[in-house]
Amino acid sequence: MDVLMLARLQFATTTVFHYFFVPLSIGLSLFLAVLQTRYLSTGDEGLKKLVKFLGKLFLINFAMGVATGIVQEFQFGMNWSEYSRYVGDIFGAPLAIEALLAFFIESTFLGLWVFGWEKLSKKLHLACMWLVAIATTISAFWILTANSFMQNPVGYHLNEATGRAELTSFGELLTNSHTAYQYAHVFSGALATVGFFVLGVSAYQILKGREKQLFNIAFKQAAIFAFIGTVAVAGIGHFQGMYLVQEQPMKMAVADAHWNTSDNPDWAIIAFPDKANGENSFALKVPGMLSFLSYSEFGRQVDGINDIQKEMVAEYGVDDYVPNVWVTFYAFRVMLAGGALMLLMSILALLWQRPERLETKHGYLKLLIPSMLLPYLANTGGWLVAEVGRQPWIVYGLQTVSEGVSRVVPAPAVLLSLLGFIVIYSALLVVAVRLIQKTCREGLADGTIEQGPAMATAG
Amino acid sequence: MDLNILWFILVSVLFVGYFFLEGFDYGAGALLPIVGKTDNERRLIINSLGPIWDGNEVWLLTAGGAIFAAFPHWYATLFSGFYLALFLMLLFLILRIAAIEFRSKHESTVWRQRWDIGLTLGSALPAFLWGVAVTNLVTGVPIGPDKQYAGTFWNLLGPWDILGGLCFLALFCYHGCLFIDLKTDNKAIKVRVKKYAPRFFFAMLIMLVIWLVCMFLLSDMFKSMIALVLTLLAAVALLFSIFSFMKGSSGKAFIGTGAGIALFTFAVFAGMFPNVMISTLDPAWSLTIYTASSSAYTLKLMSIVAGCLVPVVLAYQIWTYWVFRKRLTESDLGGLEY
Repeated sequence: MDVLMLARLQFATTTVFHYFFVPLSIGLSLFLAVLQTRYLSTGDEGLKKLVKFLGKLFLINFAMGVATGIVQEFQFGMNWSEYSRYVGDIFGAPLAIEALLAFFIESTFLGLWVFGWEKLSKKLHLACMWLVAIATTISAFWILTANSFMQNPVGYHLNEATGRAELTSFGELLTNSHTAYQYAHVFSGALATVGFFVLGVSAYQILKGREKQLFNIAFKQAAIFAFIGTVAVAGIGHFQGMYLVQEQPMKMAVADAHWNTSDNPDWAIIAFPDKANGENSFALKVPGMLSFLSYSEFGRQVDGINDIQKEMVAEYGVDDYVPNVWVTFYAFRVMLAGGALMLLMSILALLWQRPERLETKHGYLKLLIPSMLLPYLANTGGWLVAEVGRQPWIVYGLQTVSEGVSRVVPAPAVLLSLLGFIVIYSALLVVAVRLIQKTCREGLADGTIEQGPAMATAG
Repeated sequence: MDLNILWFILVSVLFVGYFFLEGFDYGAGALLPIVGKTDNERRLIINSLGPIWDGNEVWLLTAGGAIFAAFPHWYATLFSGFYLALFLMLLFLILRIAAIEFRSKHESTVWRQRWDIGLTLGSALPAFLWGVAVTNLVTGVPIGPDKQYAGTFWNLLGPWDILGGLCFLALFCYHGCLFIDLKTDNKAIKVRVKKYAPRFFFAMLIMLVIWLVCMFLLSDMFKSMIALVLTLLAAVALLFSIFSFMKGSSGKAFIGTGAGIALFTFAVFAGMFPNVMISTLDPAWSLTIYTASSSAYTLKLMSIVAGCLVPVVLAYQIWTYWVFRKRLTESDLGGLEY
């Protein structure tokens, strides 16, 4: 494999891995802040136990986010140095601001929260978790601002003398229309992720017959998060799709394996894309649906891959502007299917949340445990559509991925680091999942490490 | 003073923060098996870092982000050129984070011993590699006319580079000894700190002197008067540190190493100025604060952002140290996280 392919694989691997932990950190910090606020306003010590228990899970997840996040800050320079030179003037700013404005708050106030139960007043201690929650959403904003520049570059000019893109309007960079859709989509995805995470954990505890009353409280709050998150992520996703049909028509055409421009086109549920012939060798279709998805109305014309390719050749010169259709198409369907199942499960969670009702739904509770994976599938699928669908561009319309890759890093070095990251990330993932399982098995019994008091302390 | 100079100073300030704070973090982590023998002693050491290590590490991420934003060519050339060294450092930093977070979450001796090895290596190796990196920045590396690194991984590992790495490691270990002494209240730990701190200090001192002579002969660092003065001041601060330690004041000693690390870091940056990456092939090919920088617009924007945010960050980080100012004893361990 050449350097370009290895570098792409490495970015995909490390970023997908990192994003396993990001949405839960965003969602669970908010979930904990709300739950702890309820504890302070009701004084119910049971809620405190719940906060401490979920806090343990949060910490394991957060540690994984930090461990995998550190690579993110440096790999643009390592593998994408020509990209870094070309857009560093613009792209570096949100990254630096993210560290200054969000990472410092997150790390410092989480430290205060974890170690400050006895040292801070209750209100100040609660404020620490709110600050963590706010900081994670700020962090998401800046990194999506950076990503949105790659998707839809704004607020720059090309400097002929230096041969690179330079920032001309910070305001335009911040108000990039792409960021608005993506941010809303990612944030509601995070709400759904924590919703299903806590639903699964609570279902497990209720099935075990432990602290049913407390876990029913957690279940109810999680049901609201899951439902709001799922409905929002789907609704926003629809408008984001319409937006992308305008801004990145190739991405959406590929995501739906729509080859030829046509009026009122069908939408393929399943397809066998055949890029060589520019068509699907097989497709299972819903009539007229693609027009509705693209414009919220039937009977509209939607551009196809073959025609967009011709337009792009006319605009940017001869090249292959078609991203990998198989990956993008099926990643999109994984996301949609995940979302649909999440919608169903979260509606049931709302309907059956009353304790006496919920306890009778054994099958449903059991199903909620594997359902914890659904948001992860959907999140990963969504990012694959966004990033694979952006190919061959690293900055849409400005620089291709092959122009952005480092020139001095030899292939064996990239292969070595790719393997190294895969090994350590996989090992840590296994450890983290086992620790989460162990913590869940121990449940609310205050399993303080070492020879702590055997009795569960009530605070 | 133009914005390029301001940002060069700002990046050096971020590295001062990073080396000062993570210096004792790495030192304490590297010393874990020597200074802490029982599980409780090790937990005391790790928990003394507990609330702060993550915040300290953000100084590194911020330094990386700042270099990217203010000097994109520096970011690009440095990290693609030092690829394998940086990869190794990232790998060990990841290991370190996992070790701190996961070691105490399972009550098994084998489990904890394995993570302790991870914490030791994950702390010692980055400390060593930063010394190597700093030496390379001072002596210069092969950089071509296209701003690209033209050497290999082995170019980075000359004898004086390794000496610089060991010197950093010893300095951070000494710094870490002092931090442990200040933050824990435990007889056995105190005895070991008393024994090992001077050893690390004098090992560091000998290596530092040789390293400075090497740099005097091999690099242009001391053509800068400022670098020379700052280096001498750093030496004074470090000597003040060991004298204070011998007299029994770890607090003053810690201030001494802190000042020493800060002054020495500033000295290195002053010695490079106005270069950010020195080319050994042709001085004209060196990256400078002007040829590597972002546009005036971005520098101005980032100056405003940093001017507003850095003081706030410093304020709440200092407050955190105040909240957790109490020394840890074994009786605290029941309720501690790590």
